[in-house]
Amino acid sequence: MQMRPQALPLSVLEAQYYVDQFNARYGDILDRGDYAAWIELFTEDCLYKVIPRENHDAGLPLATMALESQGMLKDRAYGIVNTLFHAPYYQRHVIGVAQILNDNGSEIRATANYSVFRTKPGSVSEIYNVGRYLDVFLREGAGLKLKERVCVFDSEMILNSMIYPI
Amino acid sequence: MNFAPQALSTDGLPRWDGEGSSRIPFWAYTDPAVYRRELERMFYGNGHWCYVALEAELPKFGDYKISYVGERQVIVVRERDGSLNVVENRCAHRGVRFCQKPRGNARSFVCPYHQWTYKLNGDLAGLPFRQGVKKDDGEIQGGMPPDFDLKQHGLTKLKVAVYNGLVFATFDHDAPSFEDYIGPDVLPWLNRIFDGRKLTILGTNRQRIPGNWKLMMENIKDPYHPGLLHTWFVTFGLWRADQQSRMVMDEHGRHAVMISQRNAGGEAKAVTEGVTSFKKDMALNDARLLDVVPEYWWKGPTVTMITLFPSVIIQQQVNSLSTRHIVPSGPDSFDFVWTHFGFEEDDEAMTRRRLRQANLFGPAGFVSADDGEVIEFSQDGFRQKGADGATICELDGRGVAPTPHMVTETLIRGMYGYWRKVMEL
Repeated sequence: MQMRPQALPLSVLEAQYYVDQFNARYGDILDRGDYAAWIELFTEDCLYKVIPRENHDAGLPLATMALESQGMLKDRAYGIVNTLFHAPYYQRHVIGVAQILNDNGSEIRATANYSVFRTKPGSVSEIYNVGRYLDVFLREGAGLKLKERVCVFDSEMILNSMIYPI
Repeated sequence: MNFAPQALSTDGLPRWDGEGSSRIPFWAYTDPAVYRRELERMFYGNGHWCYVALEAELPKFGDYKISYVGERQVIVVRERDGSLNVVENRCAHRGVRFCQKPRGNARSFVCPYHQWTYKLNGDLAGLPFRQGVKKDDGEIQGGMPPDFDLKQHGLTKLKVAVYNGLVFATFDHDAPSFEDYIGPDVLPWLNRIFDGRKLTILGTNRQRIPGNWKLMMENIKDPYHPGLLHTWFVTFGLWRADQQSRMVMDEHGRHAVMISQRNAGGEAKAVTEGVTSFKKDMALNDARLLDVVPEYWWKGPTVTMITLFPSVIIQQQVNSLSTRHIVPSGPDSFDFVWTHFGFEEDDEAMTRRRLRQANLFGPAGFVSADDGEVIEFSQDGFRQKGADGATICELDGRGVAPTPHMVTETLIRGMYGYWRKVMEL
């Protein structure tokens, strides 16, 4: 494959930088369980979905988690902290370098592979969920917000339950 | 009472001491030999029908999907005439699980190993070199014995019942009709949802739960826990003990329906005082998560949870509908496959509503995620104690009877009464 001889335009590098930084922060926030900060990464009318690849590829709409606003993200966060009874576990996100698909100046479409490891107290680490993010970012001031994040996961079985977001 | 399995019989299986079914020995959940007998008697024999698919998953001629009856993998496939076949995914020749794509469309099944080819009904259509290979000098080498009969070497065929969009199968060709299997007490509740209307498939969720498969059946025969474990149910009045409800079972105690009618929720001393999962001031930030719209076919109840022993749970909880297929895998694990559906008559708003309410269910559900978790903890507890422990199921007595309220564990006792009889333990 021929390497591109010229330097990339600054705007492309900038989008790449912003999205990768965003994703690094996103993973860190979830791994720390800071759900208030997680909610703030999204726009008010956001879409957040965790969907089996099986459904996504077949064009079937059912998701494992499907939240359609910041309000629903809040309801999920409340559930995690206050209502869902579950064994606690750590999450560790490893998010790959994003692929910028489109950038029109106000909206960036991108995708990135992710893997999430789960570690229960007193137990070994397990590969919990593997997939890719399909994202739409909005440029807001100096930063980005997620208008849409669809987590399409390959994992054909969820290891019992999914409590925390991906 | 003593539940230790020291009373081993000649078959090597433990024996359940005492009468009744209100104290379930831990070995019923952990013993590998007991589990093997369960597979033989509950999933493969004794007239039991197992759920394999919804008809709407296979709309066209040749459409197939891989499913399970117990641990045995089967293929459900649509015939040219519109009927459905269920055949075991195991080549008659060398036992190969030949079909590897979970869904697809086929005109025949060919085992990749030696190209044995089967019709969609499981008949062996042909195999390479059956008549041997003719050399240039006319000599014929090899070939199957002359008395080899194609008809005797098809795939294992299951008896199939298609009931208003549900597909069930059994290895037991002497099984009673599906309607007789379900029985007149439970069948009307099935008909309420599946009255012949065309279904639409919304999608699948799969979870692997490290617990005995019966714990999931019990969970949906246990009206005691939802208003205690599940905040959403008690707080929003979706399931709690001050609702009008009733527990229905078939004459054998194996199938059941938990039926109830939603109330306004909120504080009510008798059912919320001291209940830590009740959240007095909880309100949704986005009310669309629970935007319930009554449907004409409900005719009263807002929730019916149907357990069809041994393989499936059918859920209607307000506008959310699903089948939950139990696929056992050893005594201490099962896969739980959710298929959410709606009806062709649904408008777009209703489809969206069903999808939003799906957030309550499945492996991440606001209410269902906890069920998988407690099942895992139950199994951990059984394992820890060893053989000489038992669970207690004595809420509302020790007997078994249909019950006009939900403060009861009668349905669990009903299932184990039946289980003891069939298992001869």
